[in-house]
Amino acid sequence: MCGLIFGWGLLISEMTQPTKVIGFLDVFGTWDPSLGVVMAAALAVSSIGFRYAASRACPVLAPKSLWPSRTEIDPPLVIGATLFGIGWGLVGLCPGPALENLATLSPRVIAFVVAMAFGMVLHRIWQKRGAGPERLHAPTAVMIDG
Amino acid sequence: MIANFTPVSAAVGGVLIGLAATLLMLFNGRVAGISGILAACLNLRGSDKSWSAAFIAGLILAPLTASLAGFPMQAPRMPDSWTLVVVAGVLVGFGTRLGGGCTSGHGVCGMARLSTRSIVATAIFMATAIVVVALSRHVIGA
Repeated sequence: MCGLIFGWGLLISEMTQPTKVIGFLDVFGTWDPSLGVVMAAALAVSSIGFRYAASRACPVLAPKSLWPSRTEIDPPLVIGATLFGIGWGLVGLCPGPALENLATLSPRVIAFVVAMAFGMVLHRIWQKRGAGPERLHAPTAVMIDG
Repeated sequence: MIANFTPVSAAVGGVLIGLAATLLMLFNGRVAGISGILAACLNLRGSDKSWSAAFIAGLILAPLTASLAGFPMQAPRMPDSWTLVVVAGVLVGFGTRLGGGCTSGHGVCGMARLSTRSIVATAIFMATAIVVVALSRHVIGA
């Protein structure tokens, strides 16, 4: 259900269309502020919503909430964000719209998603090899930050 | 010069995105960070496969429902170069996992919690992406 709503949100705001995203990022060219409005609107709702959710002892359907708890700014955060920014700037797709665009069966989108999945798996393998920083939570839980 | 600005649809869509993130947290206690959700789906031994797969299914079904309602989804404009597509994909996949989130995880959810990590991450990937677009559009002329 949440996936559907999120999906409709991306659709209506046209964030699934890379040209809209790149239009926003093209600050020095023809600028399309739409992405900014999308983010602002989403934040307006999520700020209030999260405040409410945090005030509850537990979620409605799950035993507990998994609030991210890390606060430090470390190299992985900075480097990761930079790498993501480069990839995002190159094509104009971030994970959400990329997955949603699979519905169009576009070959390049499929290639992108496969490459993205590969990149994620690559990171997990690299992390397990011990090259990444120590993680303090259970090995089977995936780090969802933010 | 400002062009293609669609504030109303952007606002409506944004509200839905925020709503979805709120509902996921309220009901399931999870951050709606798509990169994390996809990673959970890909994690063969993980415990988060079922709800994350369901979320992604919903995400992909959304355009199909829209088509049925008479609003077919536009094909996304992708670059011609396959190499570019693949390189960008790998960067996004690796980068989001290393950085711990993407525009939804850090941008919508993290910033809503006033998380310093998320604000910094969002600022970094926004700035980087802006530079990349500026370079590719105005310097290299792509």
